Amino acid sequence: MIYIKLFFVFFKIGLFSIGGGLATIPFLQELIDTYGWITSQELLDIIAISESTPGPIGINAATYVGYKTSGIMGGIIATLGIVAPSIIIISLIASYFRKVNEKPIVQNGFYTLRPAVIGLIGAAGFEVFKIALFNIDLFAQTHNFLNLFNIKAIILFGVILVLMKKVKLHPIVYIGLAAAVGIIFKY
Amino acid sequence: MKQLWELFRIFAQIGCLTFGGGYAMLPMIQEEIVNKRGWATDEEILDYYAIGQSTPGIIAVNTATFIGYKKKGVLGAIVATLGMIFPSIVIITIIAIFFDHFEQYQIVQNAFAGIRVAVAALILNAIISMWQNAIKDYLGIIIFLLSFSVVAFLDISPIWVVIISFLVGVIIKGKKVDSK
Repeated sequence: MIYIKLFFVFFKIGLFSIGGGLATIPFLQELIDTYGWITSQELLDIIAISESTPGPIGINAATYVGYKTSGIMGGIIATLGIVAPSIIIISLIASYFRKVNEKPIVQNGFYTLRPAVIGLIGAAGFEVFKIALFNIDLFAQTHNFLNLFNIKAIILFGVILVLMKKVKLHPIVYIGLAAAVGIIFKY
Repeated sequence: MKQLWELFRIFAQIGCLTFGGGYAMLPMIQEEIVNKRGWATDEEILDYYAIGQSTPGIIAVNTATFIGYKKKGVLGAIVATLGMIFPSIVIITIIAIFFDHFEQYQIVQNAFAGIRVAVAALILNAIISMWQNAIKDYLGIIIFLLSFSVVAFLDISPIWVVIISFLVGVIIKGKKVDSK
């Protein structure tokens, strides 16, 4: 039964990929070798599509592979499979967390953990920042310092920062605005 | 029932607006969960992220599950997660059915070049507002800088950062309490 197999293969991926969507990719690689459900060209497509659609990459990849193997139902089942371990494990941790969280030793740990998590978010943001505002590849080819900066993107970045400071709008407004600017001014 | 539906709806909305993985979701979570509804504080969201980062599964999903559980128990955890994955299932299925090489369309590429700029600005903004609540002394600033540098430049796994920074707090802050 392909559905059951899909569910458990993706359950396993959810269980073993610790730390974010890109961590699932080595496991997706296995799908090619072990099951032949997708080709390596399809895997590249899946990653590219996942990165250019909303939603976490791991989830998008699960839906796509599931659909490719056995249609709409396959997409749903693979996706449920990849999130099932999260629901089980996080529910267990969360139920325990309430009691543990009050303890001074845990409070002390979280006191220094929080700045570290902001650092992690900063590092993830830095990756986006590099790709969005700079042309690192172009600079490497031409060695022209001016080529390093994506001027159009930097102007948009500045405008959004000013808007965020002056008028506090919902994040979706900035995303919609930026998408429109990207299309109109051919970013 | 009404609260469950609200959980589903909010996470579906967040899932719809998350471009590029777990950390890009942070500004949305902050807006919807912390600022608008007060269901969790900035500090709690950071704690959930730390746990989501170091446990199996996708960070965005783990964080959604955690907030759902806090609000409505196991059922809340399930509903929040289903909300989170609902937009992906719909959007990816439609793309898989109707488009070949969706990512190669010029209009998609242009829109995404723009969206990435907005995501960078949103993450920066989220970091600034979180900073005020979570970084309270020089120790915090040093830990932030170390954590940022080792992950951004040395490619060290974030899990190590989570474990080590937690232990630093247990040891250093624990000693201070003893000496009083």
